Amino acid sequence: MLNLLGDFIGELRAAGIPVSMSEHVDAARAVEVIDLADRSMLRATLAATLVKDGDHLPVYNTAFEVFFALRSIESIEDLLDEASKAEREMSEGAAGANSPGQGRGQGGGSGLSAQELSELLYRALLNGDAEALRFGSGEAVTRYAGMEPGRPVGGTYYLYRTLRNLELDTLEQRLLEATRRDHPDELAERLARDEVTSRIEQLKAEIEREIRERLVEDRGSRALAKSVRKPLPEDLDVMHANRDEMAQLERALRPLSRKLAVRLARKRRRRRRGPVDLRHTVRRSLSTGGVPIDLRFKPPRPAKPEIFVIADVSGSVASFARFTLHLVHAISSQFSKVRSFVFVDGLDEVTALFDGVEDPADAVARINAEADVIAFDGHSDYGRALVTFHDRYAKDLTKRSTVLILGDARNNYHQAHAEIVADLHHRAKAVYWLNPEPTSYWNSGDSIVNQYAPYCDRVIECRTLRQLEAFVGELA
Amino acid sequence: MSALDPREELAQRLGLKSVPPPRFDSPAEVQKLLAENDYLSDEAIASVTYLADRLAKPVLVEGPAGTGKTALARAVADSIGARLIRLQCYEGLDESKALYEWNYRKQLLRIQAGRPEGAGTEEWHHLEEDIFAEEFMLTRPLLEAISAEDPVVLLIDEVDRVELETEALMLEILSEYQVSIPELGTIRAKQIPMVFLTSNNTRELSEALKRRCLYLYVGYPTIERERDIILSRVPGISSALAEQIAQVVRSLRTIDLKKAPSVSETLDWARTLVVLGREEIGDEDAAATLHILLKYQSDIERATKELFARSRPVA
Repeated sequence: MLNLLGDFIGELRAAGIPVSMSEHVDAARAVEVIDLADRSMLRATLAATLVKDGDHLPVYNTAFEVFFALRSIESIEDLLDEASKAEREMSEGAAGANSPGQGRGQGGGSGLSAQELSELLYRALLNGDAEALRFGSGEAVTRYAGMEPGRPVGGTYYLYRTLRNLELDTLEQRLLEATRRDHPDELAERLARDEVTSRIEQLKAEIEREIRERLVEDRGSRALAKSVRKPLPEDLDVMHANRDEMAQLERALRPLSRKLAVRLARKRRRRRRGPVDLRHTVRRSLSTGGVPIDLRFKPPRPAKPEIFVIADVSGSVASFARFTLHLVHAISSQFSKVRSFVFVDGLDEVTALFDGVEDPADAVARINAEADVIAFDGHSDYGRALVTFHDRYAKDLTKRSTVLILGDARNNYHQAHAEIVADLHHRAKAVYWLNPEPTSYWNSGDSIVNQYAPYCDRVIECRTLRQLEAFVGELA
Repeated sequence: MSALDPREELAQRLGLKSVPPPRFDSPAEVQKLLAENDYLSDEAIASVTYLADRLAKPVLVEGPAGTGKTALARAVADSIGARLIRLQCYEGLDESKALYEWNYRKQLLRIQAGRPEGAGTEEWHHLEEDIFAEEFMLTRPLLEAISAEDPVVLLIDEVDRVELETEALMLEILSEYQVSIPELGTIRAKQIPMVFLTSNNTRELSEALKRRCLYLYVGYPTIERERDIILSRVPGISSALAEQIAQVVRSLRTIDLKKAPSVSETLDWARTLVVLGREEIGDEDAAATLHILLKYQSDIERATKELFARSRPVA
């Protein structure tokens, strides 16, 4: 058990969850006082001792599913030799009654036809029958996933294949129709629709679990954990996030910006480098017989920086720009002024959209609809945008302004106009370039980061929320 | 394993005469006891509460507002028949409000009372010993929980509101169940109290604090659990209505709102509908009472649009 726990913790750390030594010890102690045969208890125990952040729980759950898979394991003790068994099976080519090898023969093993299977699932979903649902998804995976033993994949492909063959859309439609009949009312209909959606989600989760368990059997926990490992929300690559991950990012962003604002406000308040307040100090000294023991300071009035954000909002980097604008405006109280500009091949100021809006997310959502950013063909043209910015707004830059340029510097082979950046650098306090692409991609293809880089104080790779937060925190 | 049971080890360190028996036999029992006190837990909550007792560790409960974090501590206290000591955290909370404070007026009185006609009759060091005794101390919640003789549950509410420095004050209590007072020495717990900390996650808590606690994330309940909560907390509600309420709330939570309805708001809504004598929620009832569930005008507008968009023109 201890070895297994060690492996499991290794996996958590690899996925980015910080697990300290003392937490490891706690977990080891905790598993001694619980009933190991109770899987959900084990899950709760390890979560309570190892994971200290609600956002990390989904990652933890995935790892747990892989390491403590349900199938063919009566109790956790068996798991000890399970790991070695799985390895052995792998070399033998895996051939057991339940082994995924059988899945290749279409429909092999069960007497259900495609029609019957879909009918079975339909009824299971309609009646909310968990048992039937489990059985049905097992069948579906056997039938459609076409799993091949030993292939080093994470299972997304199998999932996709199974779902496609099941024709979930049709299934969903049928369920909706079945429920619609008795719901004439608008609200009731919406509720029924949500109910159907949640049941379909259940089915998907069930199938995913089934596939994962077969994969664990096939390849062993450790190997599989590596291929299903998901990054934490703050480590997700903003540019390549899929729809689910994007939703995760959106959700992570709001608390993140709130925390950042709290932290910065606190930092500012605590720094007491204001000058000595003589009047107050003398008043205080009366209680110590006129000796000024307790110095009083004037509240600090630090120079809050002015921020000019110039963001590329063309397709490829739009989401990154949105996140950055959101974050900068969420902490706008830390700056004396924030002005935002967005561009594709034309440039437009969007500062007004953020005025008087409680939630920056609302304003960010409006940018797409309201900003006038396309002058020609809708392909990013950094040179043109910079020239426009320079003509219209450069006069507003002072030595207290910081300029942030967001974008991948993929200029579609237009003219660079790097001399503009040089001039901005000359006028402003600092010019930073945030690039959402990994450093290794810079200057490949039509990326011309290097032409601008000499005139920027720093060019920063900013691919994840964590990097973004760190940078914005530094700025204030 | 040769290592001592965590409770035994702690009891030894605290110098307790006997190891207090575990309060719960199993997570199932926790669940049952909590249910008797009108708190419907799920597996995670029951397991972590059970572990907190067996491992003698504090529990850090985190989650959105209004999901029953504070109620959990209260229910645990009720179910083991303990006194609940609550420390409400706020920005600016300090040692003298959380731990202890010398009652200097009383000390002053003692000094003056101890000075009869001729001054100097009493040796200073006697006096000093005297005025820095427990008698002259005002105990605040943390110290009170440690020095209590009767069973207590300590609840440190909204710990994310205090500054980092104040958080550090709690570390000694959380890991050692003791408080060091310079003038008095170390005060050790006379029993092992159960400790709950709650946080709304407005800021990142320090690693040191997190490490000393078991972590429990309480999110929004599943639809089944929410329905059961409504049934158990709202008297006179029909199960059909409870089911429907739970469904509406789930749908609302899938919409992107500023503040999703919490369990306590759900309960308020359920009570309202019962008072109004409704057996079923119609479009109009829901629209008219939506402000109980949602606290922002923009949220209400959005929810109305999403949930009953097409029924409007008819009316």
